[in-house]
Amino acid sequence: MIINGIQIDDTFAEAFNMRGTRVIITAQNHKWAYNAANAMTGFATSVIGCGVEAGIEREMSAEETPDGRPGISILMFAMGSKVLMQQLETRMGQCILTCPTAAAFAGIDSEDKISLGKHLRYFGDGFQTSKLIDGKRYWRIPVMDGEFLTEETTGMVRAIGGGNFLILATSQPEALAAAETAIEAMKQIRNVIMPFPGGVVRSGSKVGSQYKTMFASTNDAFCPTLKGVTHSELSPEIESVMEIVIDGLTFEDIARSMKVGIEAICQLGEASGVKRISAGNYGGKLGPHLFKLRDILNSSQS
Amino acid sequence: MSALTFKLKQTPQFSVNCSPLTPNTLAGKSAQDIAKINLEYGNSSVTAGELFHISGNDCEHIIFQNATDKLDYIGANMTSGQITVEGDAGAYLGYHLKNGKIDCKGNTAAFVACSMRSGLITIHGNTGDFLGAGTDGSRKGMLGGTVIVKGNAGDRVGDQMRRGLILIEGNAGDYCASRMIAGTIGVLGNLGTYTAFNMHRGTLLLKKQPHLHATIQDCGTHTLPFLNLLFKSFSRLDTPFSQLNAQRVRRFVGDAAYKGNGEILVMT
Repeated sequence: MIINGIQIDDTFAEAFNMRGTRVIITAQNHKWAYNAANAMTGFATSVIGCGVEAGIEREMSAEETPDGRPGISILMFAMGSKVLMQQLETRMGQCILTCPTAAAFAGIDSEDKISLGKHLRYFGDGFQTSKLIDGKRYWRIPVMDGEFLTEETTGMVRAIGGGNFLILATSQPEALAAAETAIEAMKQIRNVIMPFPGGVVRSGSKVGSQYKTMFASTNDAFCPTLKGVTHSELSPEIESVMEIVIDGLTFEDIARSMKVGIEAICQLGEASGVKRISAGNYGGKLGPHLFKLRDILNSSQS
Repeated sequence: MSALTFKLKQTPQFSVNCSPLTPNTLAGKSAQDIAKINLEYGNSSVTAGELFHISGNDCEHIIFQNATDKLDYIGANMTSGQITVEGDAGAYLGYHLKNGKIDCKGNTAAFVACSMRSGLITIHGNTGDFLGAGTDGSRKGMLGGTVIVKGNAGDRVGDQMRRGLILIEGNAGDYCASRMIAGTIGVLGNLGTYTAFNMHRGTLLLKKQPHLHATIQDCGTHTLPFLNLLFKSFSRLDTPFSQLNAQRVRRFVGDAAYKGNGEILVMT
């Protein structure tokens, strides 16, 4: 399959099951909502080293948020419910409680609830106050800037992590420019995040290593500087590869996001320096969800 | 289907316990069966048919016509449906109400919404003492739901109230929010003396500042973000409280005599 001079490999991205949640952060203005959300989703690129993968889903207007203030919606994913709960509580305590004017609310409804402010309330040292409003319990914790308001719990849902595609280009600046274009388009899609820095990852990994202690290592088949010394997937003209990893609430959300991202790159055309779009898979070793690039691009949904 | 209507034949001499006449207890019963239901009447009992003209067949909506303050326990233990009281209601209106709506067009006696769990009670007139309080022997008052009083309320509003919302558009009497454990009481009018006496926790939202005793501490004027959520929840209710939007309040905390952490928020 070739779109606008860019080859779409007949391959698939392989993704795995995760647990996910959404939190709505509000503040006096978007500047402080972003300060809180950026801190909350910092150091959350990969579950391998960070425990969770988190990112900003979208900006919310004052009319959309529970307390009528500007807000940010964030999504957070982990491999299991226990880690997700632990990470959410830690990040709430260190990033939202501490951020001036910030408040936190549940962003997703589910039968499974995880603590948002349920345990954080004890920071109030007995001065904390609970309010049950329209069936939802909130905690008001006195802090030095006034009151920190947080909902008691948020929902936890089954989700999917590790959707991805690779951008193969003739130079590093061209690969990155194409990735940036894709990310801008994919940011418009709800229910997904691209958790790596700027949404892009340059150090794609394979399962296993020659070193016993490493369970993941560099994806040498896609490293341009190893073309001559390893079983490379790259043709001679490819000089740089960028990967975009997507976590989402459902298979359809990730597929839609991948389609939008790849189409945005294809619109740039051959002149962009992008030669191929491929995807990372591990021959079925990693997860049960397969995102076949050509099927996704042929689908009518967008 | 028309609403099941109980029209009083004449004002009863003694109090009548109307708790058997709720949508959930009458569901599936014929008019004859309903007329045979025994109601406590003073020290004796009387059938519903002897006291009321009974008409209609929609048990989900019950109307009491010519109602007086002798009709106690209207809507007690109700779990669904709607009751309209055309006239006054006696004591314990909505006692232990678990769900559904009660609309009283007139005044009520004491102990309205006593031990109420959920649902909505609207009183278009005045109500007596111990609104939303607990019953004898109970250490907790109202446990949930919403009560709107268009007129005035008596003493001890929300005594030992545990959860829920009471909105009084008129005045409230003495000892408002006494021994309150949690929940929210709003009053647009004036309050009597000893407001928040032995208040433990909960919120008393006021339009006018009452005279407060020495063990209620002034914490200054603040903008509280949670009020936005609270006022939003009022917006669906048929009451002037739905028009509130200012988040600026003067906050008093007490009752210090009880090591209480209850708050009185006076809108500025």
